[in-house]
Amino acid sequence: MTMNAASPSISAKPVAASGLSLGSLLRRPEAGAFLGLMAVMIFFAVFGGITFLQPAGMSSWLNVAANLGIIAIPVGLLMIAGELDISVGAMVPFGAMTVAVISGHYGMSIWLGIAVTLAFGLIVGLINGYLVIKTAVPSLIVTLGTLFAVQGIVLGLTVLITKSTSVALTVEGPAKAIFGDFLFGGQLQVMVIWWLVLTAAYVFFVHLSPKGNWLFAMGGDKVSARNAGIPTDRVTILLFVLSSTSAAFVGMCQAILYNSAQVAGGQSFIFNSIISVVVGGVLLTGGFGSVIGIFFGTITFAIVNQGIYYTDFDRNWSSLIIGVLLLGAVLMNNTFRKMALSYSPKKGAK
Amino acid sequence: MAAPILALRGVNKSFGPIDVLHDITLEVRPGEVLCLLGDNGAGKSTLIKIMSGVHQPSSGKIELDGAEVSFPTPRAAQDAGISTVHQFGGTFPLMSIGRSFFVGVEPTKGWGPFKVYDRRTANAVAVKAVQEMGITRITDGDRLVGGLSGGERQSLAIARAVHFGARVLILDEPTAALGVKQATHVLRIVNEAKKRGLAVIFITHQVMHAMAVGDHFAVLIRGAVAADFKKGEKTREEITDLMAGGASMASLEAEIEGYMASHGGHPPPPAA
Repeated sequence: MTMNAASPSISAKPVAASGLSLGSLLRRPEAGAFLGLMAVMIFFAVFGGITFLQPAGMSSWLNVAANLGIIAIPVGLLMIAGELDISVGAMVPFGAMTVAVISGHYGMSIWLGIAVTLAFGLIVGLINGYLVIKTAVPSLIVTLGTLFAVQGIVLGLTVLITKSTSVALTVEGPAKAIFGDFLFGGQLQVMVIWWLVLTAAYVFFVHLSPKGNWLFAMGGDKVSARNAGIPTDRVTILLFVLSSTSAAFVGMCQAILYNSAQVAGGQSFIFNSIISVVVGGVLLTGGFGSVIGIFFGTITFAIVNQGIYYTDFDRNWSSLIIGVLLLGAVLMNNTFRKMALSYSPKKGAK
Repeated sequence: MAAPILALRGVNKSFGPIDVLHDITLEVRPGEVLCLLGDNGAGKSTLIKIMSGVHQPSSGKIELDGAEVSFPTPRAAQDAGISTVHQFGGTFPLMSIGRSFFVGVEPTKGWGPFKVYDRRTANAVAVKAVQEMGITRITDGDRLVGGLSGGERQSLAIARAVHFGARVLILDEPTAALGVKQATHVLRIVNEAKKRGLAVIFITHQVMHAMAVGDHFAVLIRGAVAADFKKGEKTREEITDLMAGGASMASLEAEIEGYMASHGGHPPPPAA
């Protein structure tokens, strides 16, 4: 703007210190997600009344958001790092069934059930990650394979062991309170607390800790990232372990909450997590995005998913709204990303 | 004259039956720009890959500070202070300048498990490093790398290599995709690196750019050093004529391309 700013004085000070201007907010990856969230909130407030923002209404979409969000964030981090994990769709029933078979069918300690469930999540994640780095097959295909393989294992083993596709599980005491109960005797699941705590932890690791930088570098250019000394293989495996363990965790908590586990279900998490992540401003091809954006994207999705019940619309229309929302969000995110790319602090400086 | 930092002595490289490099002997000294000239297919890229640890020579030796070395991996070459900057390589379009600059070596502040990425320092150091190399237009470390011009990105990558202690800078066609003005920026940076005592190996097929910064020139034809001369010993026309080479160069190119076409686009495998 000013010409004296163009003087070639070598200054070590960054020009924009904090940058809380509207422009700098719009250039952030979560800008589109935030505006999208505001839009659906207003939409449903107008057509559905204020009920969905009152405690009862809020808990309905917060519960959906929490279950989805715990899976969507690691899926989003994989996407930032240039990978995809759709096997989460099978890991949810796998987690639910593992804890139900061990602690319900066999009646063993719930803590053993929890430990084995999480261990299985870890193992599937290791398999996914290892296959992706060793074979260089796109992770979509690898996790498509493990998606079906795990579905087969869940169905086959459950029927073999229990002669049924549904297993009951009764949990009491601290395990119930920690993993699968309602808060304050109301309708809000304890999962919401897990979701908020995990989101805060992810925000710290991705955006504040120095290692978070690695994800973006890997998604931007994997070869350059490796040349810069980033252990790309180890990070990739870690991310796959995170996503499959998170999915198993969500399934496990649902089984503990609802006192039963089914072999089916969980596939909806595949697309729903990807929608949340993309609406949240993560670039499908990697290298760009934010945890807060995914957080907003998840809430947006959950509000559309649940808000329809508070309106006079037939709920069959909700998929249409989600589809339009997704396309709108992607277009908006593209625009904001272009703004971020073309941003230069001082026009006219030479 | 200072002793060479990096030297190749009688290096040969063949991929299967095809000799790509033939008896290459080159050396580069601190504060010197060695321009490697050659048309496409002359073996320039193979030569870079040998110096940066991607390929191993079939025979001959590489010397670093007079001692024979081998670079089994690109990482090994980097640790020895040999940095290769490819076109746009080493920068990440959707990352900020500060973050891109410090990928893998992020500065932190705070303590214990709560060490956080120090954005302010990263941005300040990155901007300072680039400005000191003469690109004063970059003033905000929060800008995304993808928003920079091609020349600025190239300069950022070079500044990064210099900042992290490169002694030998290999620049692979840094000006090929740039406009005249952008190319000038990069050439200025090459000069700056030279002034700081780095040995620069500048690969190009643009004779003008080579003559602007080079101290020492080597022309590669059909995988052999066809001419090796100092600044001022040859005119631009003479160099261009040299580079154009004989017709046999075209047949070598066809040979390699033919191999790749019949092997699904793969280059010939390295000799055992």
